Amino acid sequence: MPFTPPKESYSGKVYGVGVGEGDSAVTVGGENVLPFHSFEGETPNKPIIAYEIQDVPPSDWPKDVQEPFKDVSGDPVQWAKFCQDTLKAKAIALRLVGTHPDMEDRSVEDAVKTVTDVLGAIEVPLVILGSNHAEKDAAVLVAVSEAAKDRNCVIGKAQEANYKTIAAAAIANNHKLIAMSELDINLSKQLNILLTQMGFDKEKLITDPMSSALGYGLEYTYSVMERIRLAALTQNDETMQPPMLGDVGVYVWKTKETHAPESDLPEWGSLPERGIAWEAVTATSLLIAGAELLVMRHPKAVDAVDKFIAEMEG
Amino acid sequence: MALTGVAIFKLLPKTNCKKCGFPTCLAFAMKLAQRQTELDLCPDVSDEAKAQLGEASAPPIRPITLGAGDKAVKMGEETVMFRHEKKFVNPCALAVEIKDTEDEAAASEKVQAVLDSEINRVGQFLRVDAIVLSNDSGDAGKLEALAKLVAGKAPDVPVIISTADAQAGEAALKSFEGKKPVLYGATADNLDAMAAAAKAAGATLGIKAGSPDELSELTEKAKAQGVEDIVMDSGARKAGEIIRDNTLIRRAALKKSFKPLGYPTITFAVREDSLLEALVVATGIAKYSSIIVLSSIEKWKNLALFTLRQNIYTDPQVPMQVEQKVYDIGEPAKNAPLLITTNFSLTYFIVSGEVENSRIPTRLAVMDCEGLSVLTAWAAGKFTATKIAQFIKESGVEDNIEHRELIIPGYVAILSGAIEDKLEGWKITVGPREANALPAFLKSREAA
Ligand code: B12
Ligand code: SF4
Repeated sequence: MPFTPPKESYSGKVYGVGVGEGDSAVTVGGENVLPFHSFEGETPNKPIIAYEIQDVPPSDWPKDVQEPFKDVSGDPVQWAKFCQDTLKAKAIALRLVGTHPDMEDRSVEDAVKTVTDVLGAIEVPLVILGSNHAEKDAAVLVAVSEAAKDRNCVIGKAQEANYKTIAAAAIANNHKLIAMSELDINLSKQLNILLTQMGFDKEKLITDPMSSALGYGLEYTYSVMERIRLAALTQNDETMQPPMLGDVGVYVWKTKETHAPESDLPEWGSLPERGIAWEAVTATSLLIAGAELLVMRHPKAVDAVDKFIAEMEG
Repeated sequence: MALTGVAIFKLLPKTNCKKCGFPTCLAFAMKLAQRQTELDLCPDVSDEAKAQLGEASAPPIRPITLGAGDKAVKMGEETVMFRHEKKFVNPCALAVEIKDTEDEAAASEKVQAVLDSEINRVGQFLRVDAIVLSNDSGDAGKLEALAKLVAGKAPDVPVIISTADAQAGEAALKSFEGKKPVLYGATADNLDAMAAAAKAAGATLGIKAGSPDELSELTEKAKAQGVEDIVMDSGARKAGEIIRDNTLIRRAALKKSFKPLGYPTITFAVREDSLLEALVVATGIAKYSSIIVLSSIEKWKNLALFTLRQNIYTDPQVPMQVEQKVYDIGEPAKNAPLLITTNFSLTYFIVSGEVENSRIPTRLAVMDCEGLSVLTAWAAGKFTATKIAQFIKESGVEDNIEHRELIIPGYVAILSGAIEDKLEGWKITVGPREANALPAFLKSREAA
């Protein structure tokens, strides 16, 4: 019985979304096959990892992931430059977590200044994330969109509760937009439809189906991503064709596995390595499920995932 | 593809004698096609038809067991490409490689690490499942010595013997009689001798090829030699090759009923860089490997890989859950605190783990919410004041305690008033939001 490789051709394609400017601009997505299936179609762009930085010092990050940034993390500009110049980041994700009312409740003006300063210091593309407080984000993200006008940033996250204002600002200032919904393919589809109905170009969207960490609901994110990607490719469902975001670091570095010292749980092994592996394995799984843009924290985890991507594509 | 009802009907006696319990041969054939009845029910079916139908009704990926006894691992039998379609059936086996060029101390240490690898996560016992014995030396004596060492120290751990030399394999297999090992290393050059050695020892044959195409030729040849149990290595080593070959192989087996590739697969993920190795293993876990071979099994790496395997292989329809009841943690006295949570396994094990950490004997009432987490269950209307009140009353816990105070999760603080209304005479206390604050919370109450 001769073997004929059962290759598939897909009717749909993932939009290629360009972010940033000049030589350091990158394109996320663009493939017309399942993740890493370069044997049966086009995968023109490698997945991109953005280093996560924030507007306030990362005092709630575990020690192991604070450590690599300890000399720069007091100042978002230094932090961003360190990621770009020393760590060779291909993109940076600035999370304005300090604007959250339960954190420092930093003002819109503070946020605008941080974004302006960071943008002034780097060339690589910038992802600008709010604090995930729907109301505050509406105000903060509108203002920072303006401050970053025409820099082709990614703004996020627009959610059901605040998408109108944030999307309008992204349109007015020529940015790409992350649309986030909660672990449900239908909610994700619905939000994309609402956004396109208000005039947002669907080819400028990035879908965030909501991430989760290894061991803490990863299987839900994994399967929602696979289902979104299958809908995009096999059913040519245009509302499911934006590339996807895996917001990895923020979920991973909350888990007990990235905190608990080996002395408490000897059977879990060395803590620094465990935390890094937790982030790298979560990220890899989401890439395999369909994410094209990752937001990550630990340089060693980022390095390993970059090597993995090279092996996948090579 | 399995045979259609009509195709099966053509192979039946067509007498409509009803001895099978169905009114007609066609009705019986239709049920057979849906795998809802057994061919044996027809006493008159010909041997030839039996053979043809047996072949067609066999699972598309052959079930094979690795090892014997409590630590045996089932492989194959998968039915879908994506986990949301249906549960992935048999979690892949993780195997660590020991080379026969390593000295005895290093080898013993690895064997011990395998024996010590078991971890309990969310109620499941997870471990490194198997050991690969590699004949890197090319010396039959060394492989045999390693086999004796492993069989002596870890008699229950399944093994895969890796060699290109059938005689060396034969000698090593002697240490694992009746234990269903794999003899890996059959290629176009040595297939006959390796097949004979595997058959004689009752071992599964591991075939290594340079492509899925060559692999399918070799499995056919082995089958012609009478070998039924095979694991397949397409030769893929890089991550991109692994996802490609594993995908093509599983598609061929499931969608084209291509029998020559309808066997479990073995993937070699071995890398110098242990973290990168973990990511290649992750590819195999997510994408269709049945056995994955690692070079090292540090505890941090095991934990991450076991957890990923558990996540990928859970049932997408039914969350992992625990039994509804009031659990005693420690030996709670009549005045010990009473906590309530939902029966999602992850929730239960996190909360009970933190209560154990507090070392304060406690009762934990676990309510059936169809395996949903606290907030999900609340949002889905399954963790409501009425249902909580009813559960507490019916649980009989009132007979075992002398107080009337129930501690609820901080995330559902909003329920406290309503529960007090429904549970007469009870006081509701709102606990912390995150379980990791429970030890401090319970201790401070104790002190007060
Ligand atoms: C995975 C998930 C799902 C999975 C279900 C997983 C499961 N088996 O439960 C799926 C995809 C099916 C799902 C569905 C829904 N979900 Co949902 N889901 C989540 C998610 C991402 C994680 C939940 C989880 O596993 N948590 C981990 C467990 C361990 O947490 P836990 O049970 O709460 O336990 C912790 C604490 O509560 C505490 N604790 C537990 N017990 C006790 C007891 C005591 C005494 C104390 C002191 C503490 C304590 O300790 C634990 C660890 O700290 C959350 C968002 C998030 N990141 O939290 C949303 C979330 C829970 N879902 C939500 C919603 C609305 C839903 C849906 C109704 C709609 C939807 N979005 O799809 C449906 C309902 C399902 C149904 N059948 O109808 C909302 C709830 C909103 C709210 N505030 O009420 C959330 C918060 C998302 C959000 N921000 O909107 N969901
Ligand atoms: S027992 Fe066999 S021959 Fe008789 S009706 Fe059933 S299938 Fe037909």
